[in-house]
Amino acid sequence: MTRRFRMVVFGLGAAGLAGLLAWGFAGLPSFGSFDGAYGQLLAHLTVPERHATSAVSVSTFDFRGVDTLGEEFILFTAAIGVLVLLRGQRAGETVAAEPIRQREPAAESKTLRSVGTALAAPVLVLGIYVVAHGHLTPGGGFQGGVILMTAFLLVYLAGTHLDLRRATPLGAMEAAEGTGAAGFALIGLGGIVLAGAFLENFIGFGTVGNLVSGGVIPLLNISVGLEVMGAVLVIVGELLDQRFLVRRGDR
Amino acid sequence: MSFLAYGVAGWLFLVGLYGIVTSRNLIHLVVCLTVVQASTYVLLLAIGFRDGATAPIYADIPTSRPVVDPVVATLTLTDVVVEATVAALLLSLAVQAHRRFGTLDPDELGALRG
Amino acid sequence: MTAVQAVALVVVALAGTAVALTRDPARQALVAGIFGFSLAILFLAFQAPDVALSQIVVGAVALPAMIIYAYRKVQRREEVERGQR
Repeated sequence: MTRRFRMVVFGLGAAGLAGLLAWGFAGLPSFGSFDGAYGQLLAHLTVPERHATSAVSVSTFDFRGVDTLGEEFILFTAAIGVLVLLRGQRAGETVAAEPIRQREPAAESKTLRSVGTALAAPVLVLGIYVVAHGHLTPGGGFQGGVILMTAFLLVYLAGTHLDLRRATPLGAMEAAEGTGAAGFALIGLGGIVLAGAFLENFIGFGTVGNLVSGGVIPLLNISVGLEVMGAVLVIVGELLDQRFLVRRGDR
Repeated sequence: MSFLAYGVAGWLFLVGLYGIVTSRNLIHLVVCLTVVQASTYVLLLAIGFRDGATAPIYADIPTSRPVVDPVVATLTLTDVVVEATVAALLLSLAVQAHRRFGTLDPDELGALRG
Repeated sequence: MTAVQAVALVVVALAGTAVALTRDPARQALVAGIFGFSLAILFLAFQAPDVALSQIVVGAVALPAMIIYAYRKVQRREEVERGQR
C-alpha cells in the first residue's frame, strides 16, 4: 500500500468517522447537564457509609474496586512486558550500554546535581503524604506512586546511585512491584474470608477525617502506591540500561 | 457552546490518528497515540461535568452541595497512569524494532523482513 | 461553560495538534510535556483535581522522561553502528 493510497483511505475514513462522531455527540446531554443517578448516589454515600471524604477515592477503591484491580494488573503486565523485551535483549547485546563512570557523577550540570540532591527527600515525603491521604483529599495510590518514583529518579539525576545495604536496588523495586500487586489481590481475598465478598470491607471505618478511616481504602492505597512506584521505576531503569539501579561494587 | 468540549475530544482523536498514519518514526507514532488517549479523558470528564458543581471532595464542603460525577473521574485517573505504562511498553517495542531492523521508519520495517 | 474551560479546551486542541505535527522525537517530548500540562489545567477547570494530579505527574514528568530515554537508547545504537562501519 503506497503512501498516497494510504492517505486517501485515511482521508475517507476520517471524514466518515468525523460525521459519525458529530452525530453521536449531538445525542449526548448538553454540556453541564449530566444527571446520571449512579454517580450522584455514590457521592452521597461516601461520607455516611464509608467515613471517607474523597468520593473519587472511595469510588476507585471501594465501590468500583474490581475495575481498579484490573487496571493495576494492566500496569503490572506492561512492566513485565518491558522487562521481557529489554532485559532479554541485553543478553545478546552487541552495543554495550553507556559505561558507568565510577569516579565522576552521571550528571554534569552542577545545577541539576544540587537541585536533585535538595529535592529528593522532600519529594519522597510528598509522595508518602499523597499516598496516605488518598481517602481524604485528592490523591491516592496512583498519583503518590508516581511521585515516589520521581524521588528515586532524582537520586539518579543528582549523579549518584542508590545504595541499599544487602538488597540490590533493582531487586527491591521488583519486590515492591510484586508486593503491591499481590497485596491488592490478597486484601480482596481477605474480604472473602472475613466479610463474605471479594474486596468487601473488613476493618472498622473509623471517624470521618482521620488518617485511619475509610476501612481498607488506606491499605489499598498503599499497595497501589508501592506497585505503581515499583513498576515505573523498573520501566525507567530498563530504558536507562539499569544504570541507576546497579549496586556500586558490581561493575 | 456545549459542542466545544465534545468537539475538542473528537478533534484530538482525529489529529492523533492523522499523526499515526503519516508517521515516519515509531517513537513519534507512540506519542501521537498518547494524544488519542487524551481525547478519551477529555470526553469522559466533559460528560461528567455539572454546571455550578464542585469537586467531589467532601473534606471542606457540606454533603448537600452538588458535585460533579465521581465515577468518570475514577475511570480517568486510573487510566492516565496505566496508559502511560502501556506507552512505555510500545516505546520498548520501538527500541526492539530498531535493534532488529536498524530503522525506526514504519514504511521500511516490512521491507527488511527475510 | 465558563471562560476558563473554553480557553483551556482551545489550548488543549492547539497543543494536541502541535504534538502530532512535531516530527523530531526529542522536540516532541517537550511539546508532549506542554500538552500534558494544558490537559491538567483543563481537568482542574472541569472540577476533577484527582485526575489533574494524575495527569501532571504522568504526562508532564514520567512520559516525556520515558520518551527521551527511549530515543536516547536508539540514538546510542545508531552512533555505535555508524562508528563501527
